[in-house]
Amino acid sequence: MTGAVIIGVGQTAYEPAKPSQAIPEMVLEAVERALGDARIGMEAIDAVVTASVDLWDGRTASNIQVTEVVGAVMKPEARVAGDGLLAAIHAAMTVGAGAYGTVLVAAHCKMSEGQHWTCSSWAVDPICQQPLGLDFLSAAGLQARAYEQRHGVGASHWARVVEKNARSARANPLAPRGPDRSAADVLASSVIADPLRALDAAPATDGACVLILASPERARSLGSDTPVALLGAGYACEAHYLGDRDLTATDALGAASGRAYTMAGIDSPLRDIQVVECSEAFSYQELLWSEGLGLCPPGEGARLLEEGVTQPGGRLPVNPSGGMLGGSPFVVAGLARLAEAVLQVRGDAAGRQVGGVRRAIAHGTHGPAGQHHSVVVVGA
Amino acid sequence: MKWRRRVAVIGTGQTVHARKRDDVSQQEMVREAARRALADAEMTARDIDAVVIANMELFEGRALPELWCAEGAAGAGKPVLKIATGGTSGTSGAIAGALQVASGMFDTVLVVGFEKQSEGQTTAGMALTDPMWDRHVASAAIGNFALSISQYMAARGVTEEQAARVAVKARRNAARNPYAHLQQPGLTVEQVLASSVLAWPVHMLEMCPTSDGACALVYAAEDVARRKCATPAWVRAVATRHDQPYIGDLDMRLLTMRTLRSAAREAYAQAGITEPLKQLDVAEIYEPVSYAELAWYEALGFCPEGEAGRLIEDGVTAMDGELPVNPSGGVLSTNPIGASGVIRTAEAALQIHGKGDTRQVDGASLALVTGYGVYAWSDVLILSSDPG
Repeated sequence: MTGAVIIGVGQTAYEPAKPSQAIPEMVLEAVERALGDARIGMEAIDAVVTASVDLWDGRTASNIQVTEVVGAVMKPEARVAGDGLLAAIHAAMTVGAGAYGTVLVAAHCKMSEGQHWTCSSWAVDPICQQPLGLDFLSAAGLQARAYEQRHGVGASHWARVVEKNARSARANPLAPRGPDRSAADVLASSVIADPLRALDAAPATDGACVLILASPERARSLGSDTPVALLGAGYACEAHYLGDRDLTATDALGAASGRAYTMAGIDSPLRDIQVVECSEAFSYQELLWSEGLGLCPPGEGARLLEEGVTQPGGRLPVNPSGGMLGGSPFVVAGLARLAEAVLQVRGDAAGRQVGGVRRAIAHGTHGPAGQHHSVVVVGA
Repeated sequence: MKWRRRVAVIGTGQTVHARKRDDVSQQEMVREAARRALADAEMTARDIDAVVIANMELFEGRALPELWCAEGAAGAGKPVLKIATGGTSGTSGAIAGALQVASGMFDTVLVVGFEKQSEGQTTAGMALTDPMWDRHVASAAIGNFALSISQYMAARGVTEEQAARVAVKARRNAARNPYAHLQQPGLTVEQVLASSVLAWPVHMLEMCPTSDGACALVYAAEDVARRKCATPAWVRAVATRHDQPYIGDLDMRLLTMRTLRSAAREAYAQAGITEPLKQLDVAEIYEPVSYAELAWYEALGFCPEGEAGRLIEDGVTAMDGELPVNPSGGVLSTNPIGASGVIRTAEAALQIHGKGDTRQVDGASLALVTGYGVYAWSDVLILSSDPG
């Protein structure tokens, strides 16, 4: 147990662009939804943890712009510059420490106002790698190729992840409206980083996600009737240089999930978990992350999909929300996964609800080829 | 303060700070500080459970720099996250690390702050404010301080000479700190006032420098701290206040500095401090410009409003005064932004560890740390030799 529960969830719709909203307005929408969901006012919030990355916002200290809308004026705020799930884990630690009774966690990104792959090239070592043109896209191409060569899993396998998640996203009113995508559509789309094709990559979108964490005592005193416990959490960062890593081994994900499972008392995720929301910035990653999360042995992520285990209605659905392929923005993605996991545990996921969810996994990642991973287990 | 468990700083380390550390990469610079902090704590990388990085990446023109640099901080394979809150990044990182240990998730956390401003353009980075309302008048640190300082001077009767004395004190202290960037032991009030005016009333020699550098500290939970450290620097209080994002909304900023005032009051209450000037043994405060130190004296309750000038004139905050402020030389002598708040925390811990060498305050056992950033954000930490 981390000693924190989640008492409110709010997400904007995720859209290719939100030209009518500035970032603070977009974040305010998610904040108001989360406060409404928790049925509390801003005065009940003790502290704030935000997640944003300056280069993607084109601003220095990009949390400055949301100070007012997240209610951080004359309050404590910490900004985690990375994936939003990491912000939630840090917030849970501050609650677990006894420092705060309630913490609002907010993540935002407007990918429409930047150039995602160009920005990502500034996140790789500037001496040896950036001059070669490495960015998160080319790193993913290398990882997909390594995965293909190691396990004989290829484009036709991961194209079916796109098919699954695009279909699931249509049941998610927050996901951008898009057409069904068949595996054949994916395989017919243009190559962007061999062996990856255009439809293998998650679309660029705008949006914000907000969660409200509380100590169990504070949740009770606030009258929360649907607290969802943060049963376990872990995160880890791998070596930076791709050559220093086995790109098919997902060591950091193993460390992060191992820690989260130990805390949550999970022996076998396939048996003990009813739904997984993972951050697949690329289709192949859902297969690879399934392995890293211990849902199956290495190399068997595709089998899990083919046997229908991870399909909606399967034994362990993965990304019933549609996942990142279904439209969650960079930075927001991990926190949106947690929001979805919470809704699933509460039985509030409407058309994307999985039956009988007692415990769910949320996963976030950032960095080239999944260098950094975070995992949270939530439960009733 | 009612945390789940006690936390202490048990080791500190920093790089030599300079205008340009072109002998090391960012990652190597981080390693230089981390290695020293680990050695000071008599630990190895294996003893560290998690890492917090503090840095303002756009000042180097980077994104997510922890992905590259965390390996320099023993971070490969470990939990790593980055805190970035402008000038308060370092103190916010220090607060984050303490809370992570207090939570029970980790027994040991290494906090490393760094900035390599020589590889970027900080003033350009700082000017990347709100594109609709603020950017066309954005003037980064110097200009926006100057606006508020002239109002502060007029209201409190602070003189240019009193402010210059702050800079002289800082540089004299820095001369006893081998890691400090600016080494100007012979600086005089006359020289400060004769230096060029950056934006009236701020002179070149009373503004903080642009530095490259890194600083690290090791936190440990109580059982580890007692085992590994003779005089752990216990974290007795932390407080953070952020404020309005538009400078026009921050009426009378230096005059009131409501964030620092409020954070300090909360921290004092947590640590049981009622008379800060008498009870505190040493303070490491984040003064990016001479006048800020005077304004902070008032906000921190060291003196009544209007008497900060007297405090500096009477030497109350000098090394041999009642409450030495910034024995390290402060931000006025060394400012690698993301590291600056970690330096304040590490220097305060160093005093409690009794390892201040030529800048040691005799018998220091209760230390105040502050962080300042953006237009008016404040952090406060209080460290003590008494676990409380």
